[in-house]
Amino acid sequence: MENLEAQRAALEASELSSLELVSAALARAEAEGRSLGAVVGLRAEAALAEAAESDARRRAGEIRSPLDGTPVLLKDNMVMQGEPTTCASRILEPFVSPYDGAAAERLQAAGAIILGRANMDEFAMGATTENSIFGPARNPWDPERTCGGSSGGSAAAVAAGVTGFALGSDTGGSIRQPASFCGVVGMKPSYGRVSRWGLVAFASSLDQIGPFTHTAREAAWVLEAISGHDPRDSTSLPEKSPDLVSALTGDVSGLRIGLPKEYFVDDGADSGVVEAVRQGVAELESAGAKVVEVSLPHTPYVVSTYYLVATAEASSNLARYDGARFGRRAEGVGDLDSMYRRSRSEGFGDEVKRRILLGTYVLSAGYFDAYYRKAQQVRTLVRSDFERAFEACDVIAGPTYPEVAFSLGARLDDPVSLYLGDIYTVSANLAGLPGISLPCGQLQGLPVGMQLLGRSLDEATLLRVADAFQRRTDHHEQSPPRAR
Amino acid sequence: MSDNPLDRYEVVIGLEVHTHLKTNSKLFSPAPVRYGDAPNHDVHPIDLGMPGVLPVLNEKVIGLAIRLGLATHSRVNTRSVFSRKNYFYPDLPKGYQISQYEEPVVSDGWLEIEVPAVSEGGGGNGKKTGGTTIKRIGVTRAHLEEDAGKSIHDVAVAGADGTHIDLNRAGVPLLEIVSEPDLRSAVEAGAYLRTLRSILRYLEVSDADMEKGQFRCDANVSLRLWGSEEFGTRTEIKNLNSFSNVEGAIGAEIIRQAEILDDGGEIQQATMAYDVDRRRTRVLRLKENADDYRYFDDPDLIPLLIDEELIEAVRADLPELPEQKLVRFRDQYDLPAETIRILVASRPLADYFERCAAACTSVKAAANWIGRDLRQALSDGGRGIENSALDAETLAVLIGLVEEGRLTAKNARDLLPELVAQGGDPVSLMEERGLEAVSDAGVIDEWVMQVIQANAGAVESVRAGDDKPLNFLMGKVMKAAGGKANPGEVRTRLVEMIRDSA
Repeated sequence: MENLEAQRAALEASELSSLELVSAALARAEAEGRSLGAVVGLRAEAALAEAAESDARRRAGEIRSPLDGTPVLLKDNMVMQGEPTTCASRILEPFVSPYDGAAAERLQAAGAIILGRANMDEFAMGATTENSIFGPARNPWDPERTCGGSSGGSAAAVAAGVTGFALGSDTGGSIRQPASFCGVVGMKPSYGRVSRWGLVAFASSLDQIGPFTHTAREAAWVLEAISGHDPRDSTSLPEKSPDLVSALTGDVSGLRIGLPKEYFVDDGADSGVVEAVRQGVAELESAGAKVVEVSLPHTPYVVSTYYLVATAEASSNLARYDGARFGRRAEGVGDLDSMYRRSRSEGFGDEVKRRILLGTYVLSAGYFDAYYRKAQQVRTLVRSDFERAFEACDVIAGPTYPEVAFSLGARLDDPVSLYLGDIYTVSANLAGLPGISLPCGQLQGLPVGMQLLGRSLDEATLLRVADAFQRRTDHHEQSPPRAR
Repeated sequence: MSDNPLDRYEVVIGLEVHTHLKTNSKLFSPAPVRYGDAPNHDVHPIDLGMPGVLPVLNEKVIGLAIRLGLATHSRVNTRSVFSRKNYFYPDLPKGYQISQYEEPVVSDGWLEIEVPAVSEGGGGNGKKTGGTTIKRIGVTRAHLEEDAGKSIHDVAVAGADGTHIDLNRAGVPLLEIVSEPDLRSAVEAGAYLRTLRSILRYLEVSDADMEKGQFRCDANVSLRLWGSEEFGTRTEIKNLNSFSNVEGAIGAEIIRQAEILDDGGEIQQATMAYDVDRRRTRVLRLKENADDYRYFDDPDLIPLLIDEELIEAVRADLPELPEQKLVRFRDQYDLPAETIRILVASRPLADYFERCAAACTSVKAAANWIGRDLRQALSDGGRGIENSALDAETLAVLIGLVEEGRLTAKNARDLLPELVAQGGDPVSLMEERGLEAVSDAGVIDEWVMQVIQANAGAVESVRAGDDKPLNFLMGKVMKAAGGKANPGEVRTRLVEMIRDSA
């Protein structure tokens, strides 16, 4: 009863109440959730009360959506009125939000029960969920390995069956990469699809909220619930929430799948990862899809471009954490400058400081043109790479990440190698495109993720392909040893 | 060497004006814009820079910016971009100010100011001719930005030794209007500011009340030798919040720079503050230590796109501007230039005058009463024309009484404060108070005769050809009449009766 579809079926068949479902989820959150370091805060009392309300709605025949009564975790960077939001950072440790974010609002409007908060890399900066004041989140497939990041807590919780779904945010792969490491589905919608109101900003032009689930179908339900125009977010697209479920026909005949030659070079991803992805593509081909080679010529520049844009925006977005109004203020400071300096020095972790420094540098007078402006120009080129590629294909397939989950601690001293691992995921953020990672096989007992990228606003096709794949394969039904 | 630095140096001034836009809510948040509320009451999580908040542009400001653009003959840009100006300060909650940098909403315009005419010959030796001339001042750009909060460094608050932050002002919409360095004196700077303020008020773009901080000015000042083509190094005097401070600060800065240049020194680019009490400018910080604001386009906002249709709609809806009204008044009313300037300076005053003049037999009388006496009464009562209890039509009735000789000008003037404060009917007031002028010739002659008899010395002087004591005698008669006699008639009779009594 740990995936969303089964939960929904059980609720609809009155085999289970939401109260039972939520109680069980709370118990798992306290046990596996805490021991994996995936769950960092629970609102048990409120969740149980809301579950009882959901049950009452169901009895009255007033169900709000397929999600009504089902438990969910939010990455700890989405605010909810009266609840803490820490971003896994010391500087926000004491922060309690005075207002509701859009994600929480929309989930509650759909009747979902927000159980609590999931671990993450501090301010979503990282790829291992090790940069967290709560300690690392662990991979349910092997607790000595990373669950990926930055939305690692959400991915691990869903993989471990704590909740049937969770929300994460994806700035450069922070949903898709942990989904691939944990063997679940993770989707980053098109930029502007889901409101960022109440999502604590890392890099505003790249951030996007999306779901973790086990199946593409479940992802469609969640996306339908959380997407749609929000006047409080000026970058929110003026689009209604799309009808995604009806796109899940299982039919991919004639669909063109593009394989970027730059994603399949010799010194690229781990050969086992490439092999699993190729098999996944072959499965789609056997279902009637056509495979074509495409080119994304600016691929060698996407990681540098991404780290220039993302750190520049972050350096400005994180300026508000200064100890003056909310969050943590250093003790015993005598003047303004030392309040700023000490609050920020003590409040931020190393990776966040590294990125603030990088971003401040690239925006500085004398360097702006060489770095930030040039990165914006390359970003435009990356976008046109995809426009050209999508003339020849309908979705692009490739690995989500060059390797499977690695050991905790392995990359702590080598941030650049971690940055380079983002090569397949950051482009979707730079170009604002939707992307999904779904399990397509295993390597040494660890899940491998296949990434599909689509045209802007064409989540429907992405989900249709992913769903068709899952109808023909059972990779998504594999569960980690712990939850077995 | 001449004592007057203006003989040696040409002054070059450019002004940056920050004006609060007249909106009900803030630039990027739904919090109300109000003045005088308790600190930190008019704030929304957006104004506090809470984690996860996002700015949404208040669309009201678009029309206001277009109006200002059209009124200053500027280009209204169909695309403009919001940028972040990054710096740390406690009254700047987000750690950046949202402003417009590379692509402002309004650019490349001008406005005309009236300045004292200077004779040909140029240089510093031009002489004032006493007349005025029209000068065109370039408007470089106008851009939208949010105001910061207020830091109150307070020793005045009992028991407090810290800095207090009031964020009511944080996020209030501002238009920053930047002039070309076309101004050549403190007087021209003052004229530019008054003209600009008058335009802003006419258009209802801003209340531009300097006392409320709704209209603030930074002045860029430099000197160069007469005839020099190149600009001298400039300094920027910050936060000038009254016309007299603007003029005083510029004057003080001219003297400071001239002294440095006269001694063979160099001007250092700097940000200056004006010390009102000592009438001196002082360096706040040198520009070489200037902050690097790391401007970049705000990724939370999309470019502001304005279509031509909207611009044309605003143009069609534009009220008559001060300069247009000035020209029309000159054509339409036979009034002295100075009176017209006074009437046109404020749109409500000009409207009031036109309503009153239409109801009056004499346009000239209406202009004089409004331009002088009514303004005096309003100012004494601490009110504006908008909240005068005396409407224009009623003032016309009062003026009519004076014109008909039923009420003396003095008695009419004495009624003004009460009318302005409480309103009322001038005719009944006059009758109730027994103020109606005495026109009975016999009664006036009686008062005149009493005065002639009681002041033989003065009368003698007048007879001897000295007119000076006449006013003294007039005053005596008016006093005897309790102010109710027509002064013209009294004077005529006084002269005649002095002559006849010889």
